[in-house]
Amino acid sequence: MTATRNLLSVADLGADGIDEVLKLTDSFVEVSQRDIARVPALRGKTVVSLFYEDSTRTRLSFETAARRLSADTMTFSVSTSSVKKGESLKDTIQTIDAMGVDAIVVRHRCSGVPWQVARWSTSAVINAGDGWHEHPTQALLDCYTIRQRLGGVAGKHIAIVGDIKHSRVARSGMIAFTALGADVTLVAPHTLLPPSLDGWPAAVSTDLDAVLPKVDVVYLLRLQNERMTEALLPSAREYTARYGLTRARAATLAEGAIVMHPGPMNRGVEIAAEVADEPYAVITQQVANGVAVRQAVLFLLLGAGGPIAA
Amino acid sequence: MAERERSLTPPLGGVFVARAQVMDGEDLRRAITRIAHEIVERNHGLDNVVLVGLQTGGVPLAYRLAEELLAIEGVDVAVGTLDVAFYRDDIGLRPVLPEAVTEVPVDLAGRTVVLIDDVLFTGRTVRAALNALADYGRAKAVQLAVMIDRGHRELPIRPDFVGKNLPTRRDEMVDVTPDGVTLGDVVPTK
Repeated sequence: MTATRNLLSVADLGADGIDEVLKLTDSFVEVSQRDIARVPALRGKTVVSLFYEDSTRTRLSFETAARRLSADTMTFSVSTSSVKKGESLKDTIQTIDAMGVDAIVVRHRCSGVPWQVARWSTSAVINAGDGWHEHPTQALLDCYTIRQRLGGVAGKHIAIVGDIKHSRVARSGMIAFTALGADVTLVAPHTLLPPSLDGWPAAVSTDLDAVLPKVDVVYLLRLQNERMTEALLPSAREYTARYGLTRARAATLAEGAIVMHPGPMNRGVEIAAEVADEPYAVITQQVANGVAVRQAVLFLLLGAGGPIAA
Repeated sequence: MAERERSLTPPLGGVFVARAQVMDGEDLRRAITRIAHEIVERNHGLDNVVLVGLQTGGVPLAYRLAEELLAIEGVDVAVGTLDVAFYRDDIGLRPVLPEAVTEVPVDLAGRTVVLIDDVLFTGRTVRAALNALADYGRAKAVQLAVMIDRGHRELPIRPDFVGKNLPTRRDEMVDVTPDGVTLGDVVPTK
């Protein structure tokens, strides 16, 4: 058995590992429906959330998951920590490690930081989003939600729409969806696509209207306002006109298709306000599943006594 | 289906090698019929009785007992299934994963729960099951039915209904299937 077990990239899991997480998630969804939605599985374990970037849902989701497993949680937020005094990442990790924690959930604006943390730490490291690179637990909860609503991921056609270039959600999602046998089409204006798509297991389109009627899942990404300054788009309204899921566009969706969004949403930009509240939009279900999926990940890393699908 | 007490199973798994058949399918059927009668007798009927089978070995037994109770008393008792993986005290010591999703179809508050498992060994599975049940509500009483009591208890747990008491060595293995009960050994695959 390897010394430390981490979840850094969804690619490390492979189809078997993803299946294992999703199967275990079923059990935690059942647990969440009980009167007492807490099990003693990780009693005595400590989970630290180390967030160098703002987040509400991911951090709360991980902390709720840890507590529902009876683990202790600690929150490290950069604004109130010694990082403000100039402490390096390495010193911060070594300090946390010296306290004897069992898992570090890390988010950082720079790609690759979780790998560096894993090298420095003896705890299990979970990537909660690194730069433009990866967000594995988001991909896992998305797979779970698709499976829950559509019965499976294999053979489904999934369009990921929006700011592909800057999106870790798109990268992890694409890897996980295709690993499970889905067809992925990336839909975005050229300025929001990465410079090279060599080796990406996905089709690319710039025409949302042509793609929409053919897909089972429309996965909308947040239009990151901070990118507008880079002059990648003429304006948000221009984006909405061509790539926003307006009421008129939503009407062209195939029967049974679902709409997903990782949050936070810009209502009226990438998704029309009323479309986000339709029954085929499963956005709140994604959030609910996020807790159960993260419970499964924490349990597999800290409790199950073996690596995830080695 | 091998019994769920896996503490003696080598970490990388082993193969069950049968040595002696202890009960055949007919013996098993008679034991289930007797236990069903004992459950009715003990509870003066079946009012508020719920059967809960432990994953995985106890589940088929729970359904067979429910059929038997329907035949005897004409009462269709509720059957639940419980997986205790998240409540085990050896989490982290060896691979522990749920075998199946737990399903308790009724509120247990005020009910009499009959826990059902195939083999009673150290008692640790039952201990975990008692903790799990408490999260579903305060049962009026919990009783324990097992097909085989093989001894070697590590906790103060005693079954209310027993198919057969079977003296064993600690390193032996008991396998309960619909065709009967077999005693054997685990041979490491490595």
